[in-house]
Amino acid sequence: MNPITLFLFVVLIALVTIPFLGEKQKRALLLFSELFIVVFSSTYAIEALIGTTTSYLLLGSIITGTVPIVIDPLAAWFILIINFTFLTGAVYGANYMKAYREKKSQLSLHWVSFLLTHIGLLAVCMVQNMLVFLLVWEIMAISSFVMVIFESEKPKTIKAGINYLIQSHIGILVLTIAFAWVYVQTNSFSFNAIGTFAHTMPAPESFGLMLLFFIGFAFKAGFVPFHTWLPYAHPAAPAHVSGIMSGVLIKIGIYGILRMLFLMPTNYVAIGVVILVISVITGVYGVMLAIVQHNLKTLLAYHSIENIGIIGIGIGVGSLGMGLGNFPMAVIGFAGALLHTLNHSLFKSLLFYGAGNVYQATHSVNIESFGGLIKRMPQTAFLFLIASLAISGLPPFNGFISEFLIYSGLINGWIHGTFIYVLLFVFAVFGLSLIGGLAILCFTKAFGTIFLGSPRHTFDHEPHESHRMALIPMYAIVALIIVIGIFPVYFVQALWLPIQQFTGNMPSGDMLAVSASLSVVQQIGFASLVFIALTGVVWLVRKQLTKKQVITCGETWGCGYVAPNPKIQYTASSFVRTYRKLSESVLQFHKHKKEISGIFPDEAYHAIHPLDRVETYLIGAPLKRMRYWLNRFSFLQNGSLQFYILYGLVFIMILVAIPFFGYLYHFMVHLLNTL
Amino acid sequence: MISFILMVVASLFISGIIVRTKSVTSGRKGPCIMQPMKDIVRLWKKGSVYSNTTSWVFRIAPTIYFSSILMAMSMLPLGESPGLFSFNGDFVFFAYVLATGKFFNIIAALDTGSSFEGMGASREALFSMLAEPAFFILMGSLGLLTGFTSFNSIFQALHFGSYITYALGIIATFILLMLTMIENSRMPIDDPKTHLELTMIHEVMILDNSGFDLGLIFQATNLKFALYGTLIVNMFLGNLPLYATIPLFLAIQILFGISIGLIESFMARYRMSHNAQFILILSSLSILVLFSVLMLLGKFNS
Repeated sequence: MNPITLFLFVVLIALVTIPFLGEKQKRALLLFSELFIVVFSSTYAIEALIGTTTSYLLLGSIITGTVPIVIDPLAAWFILIINFTFLTGAVYGANYMKAYREKKSQLSLHWVSFLLTHIGLLAVCMVQNMLVFLLVWEIMAISSFVMVIFESEKPKTIKAGINYLIQSHIGILVLTIAFAWVYVQTNSFSFNAIGTFAHTMPAPESFGLMLLFFIGFAFKAGFVPFHTWLPYAHPAAPAHVSGIMSGVLIKIGIYGILRMLFLMPTNYVAIGVVILVISVITGVYGVMLAIVQHNLKTLLAYHSIENIGIIGIGIGVGSLGMGLGNFPMAVIGFAGALLHTLNHSLFKSLLFYGAGNVYQATHSVNIESFGGLIKRMPQTAFLFLIASLAISGLPPFNGFISEFLIYSGLINGWIHGTFIYVLLFVFAVFGLSLIGGLAILCFTKAFGTIFLGSPRHTFDHEPHESHRMALIPMYAIVALIIVIGIFPVYFVQALWLPIQQFTGNMPSGDMLAVSASLSVVQQIGFASLVFIALTGVVWLVRKQLTKKQVITCGETWGCGYVAPNPKIQYTASSFVRTYRKLSESVLQFHKHKKEISGIFPDEAYHAIHPLDRVETYLIGAPLKRMRYWLNRFSFLQNGSLQFYILYGLVFIMILVAIPFFGYLYHFMVHLLNTL
Repeated sequence: MISFILMVVASLFISGIIVRTKSVTSGRKGPCIMQPMKDIVRLWKKGSVYSNTTSWVFRIAPTIYFSSILMAMSMLPLGESPGLFSFNGDFVFFAYVLATGKFFNIIAALDTGSSFEGMGASREALFSMLAEPAFFILMGSLGLLTGFTSFNSIFQALHFGSYITYALGIIATFILLMLTMIENSRMPIDDPKTHLELTMIHEVMILDNSGFDLGLIFQATNLKFALYGTLIVNMFLGNLPLYATIPLFLAIQILFGISIGLIESFMARYRMSHNAQFILILSSLSILVLFSVLMLLGKFNS
């Protein structure tokens, strides 16, 4: 029995058994099968990263042809990322779902789709047959849809879920068209046919194909303007599902883009420019909208879009480097993109788990209603702080390493490029530094208003720290975040083979330049370590010097005002008010207010909701027009049964009549001929 | 190493010079140049008062802020002697490590739960973040001119061959001077001597800090002045040997302090709502440097 059949067999047994078990056994079986999947697939993945690519040829069917299963270094990197996030997600989720233990049937469905999503994602990385690829892609999309709509009794959740389902299927439609085009031209379903297509067809057509693939995968990854499902789906899903979706599910879109880029090495420059420009816009737009959100999970969802933008900048740099023959730039760009994929999966899942802890403690995700949670949930606060620092790209954490690589790729291209590329890279550096700055604004707002200050709202239950089992996976992620921040060199070395898939064997001169530019991360790791040590030293000195000093505690200084209350604190909205005023020219806000007026004023209110301009114009407006047009046919659906029976009858008559029309046609032709 | 020590030395007197210049221009005699430093030492000996609202974030933030600035200082070279750390792209690390300190400063202000400090934090967060692109484009342009990407090699190769680069140095100095004013919340952006909390940025953020921590923050500000002063110094030094760089360093730092004093004396503070536009305009100045570099290299036709 080959390993893949064995693997699928074990998983199938797990899938079938889960619904019949009690709540506790269900969890145990889930964790066990997750562990099995992770260990099993990681072994092959690690082997591939070391240098032994595993490949199998499944027989498939008459329709699909043979199905190559390949675990090459690029797939291996994504497999490892997926496995880690799913492992932490399963442990966290098993604890998170205890709150819903009375929904027995839904829980079974949830865990079955959890496993299916994992398998689907892994399969997407391995399968190299177009038809089977679409099949496993569909399995992944639908099972993740089922995970999103766990709380299906809420209309908002269902709406978000359907939105996700439709948009991911538009993505699949685009992919299907692209694959069909390849099949028509080459008459093969194998991934290698895509390469053949790229080499045999003229450049504009293979560029068009690559563009189709990019759009198809961009729906999954969440590039602007294909991102609109993301800010709905993430908040609707349970915390661990949001963590997994944001951490790895959207990354599979990145995998797809990278895989196609690898298979079609012909239009590197053109596609690099397209990806770079779209990514910068994605990054800036994502973070600009993230800042003004009030819902914590929506805020994090928009940050996923921003980070996809950063990853995209890396890919753009990499492929421009390949196209321009600048190998150091290509290597740094791809390394930055791949490392940021890992980094983002770490800190974003951590942030979503943190948001989940906060939600379970307070039953709210509205940032404005929190405050002072650091006193009640000290560990969650600490973990959230580390994740905030990491996602803002600050040293000594992992986010900085990948952003640094992307920066150095851009600056490398900038120094060696011609005029037009200099302008392009300046645009990208401007965007990236703006993203970095605005991310800091966003996360000081989020962390500051959720965890610091005094409580703005009294909850029915006093919030308390989450269960141990919720915190353990989070600590595991933090450990990895810090390890990457301080010892980045090992991770960059692990990236060597995936990158070499793109660059091939480089000339030895370039090789030296490449290893020189990659060895910089070692110095950064060292500098980060020194930074931590220095902070420790300053702290010790401070402690030593202040040992004998008198420390008193009192109220916060209110500038002479003696009756401050929690309502007087700066809120999240007021914290970003100046920014909102500035951004009003780009973003769209929906304001309702009723001002105070008259001698005896009655109630007054003021509410601001950020809207997504892309969604309003790209999805809202066409839908409205379409509805208007389709409404003209509403007389057909008039609610009377007789009419519906008539439609059926007409339909059957047309079906019967089709051969008759054929005869009629032939008869006419015959008649005309004889005449 | 030598630049690190010199910066610490410069930080001792630079804010004294600013204060003295402001006194002289307003017709007063003014305090001794070492007076601000004496105040800081006095603060270091005092006890502290902490608000009940605050958590450990508030206590650790000044330490991290201070060490982030020390870390940034260790990256700067002086003349031919490189900084303690020097690698390709170190200016990215420089900017981001400063941002780490700022992150903690901002959340410490939010930790007090005071409306005033929240206001200051909001402004500081926005203004200093908008200033980031200007610095990156400036350093990137100099990198384009010299073909290097670390502080040390950029500054050494900057004036190789052409005197026009000194003109670039002057524009760069202006940008860096304005960045200093933004980063340290000084005059055209913020008025440190105002008595109304509503119009403050940095001062209002540290309302609740006292004793040792307040001293740390003040000294960090002094070091930050010296830090940006050193960047300006490096714009002109090239690869001069040590015996020439040390006096030049001190002279330029003193001049830097005097010019900040003069700016503070003769300029009014901008309206708070116009600050953001002003800061983004700095990026366009950086782009001016970029275009000059492109012109110098004759890249427009390529």
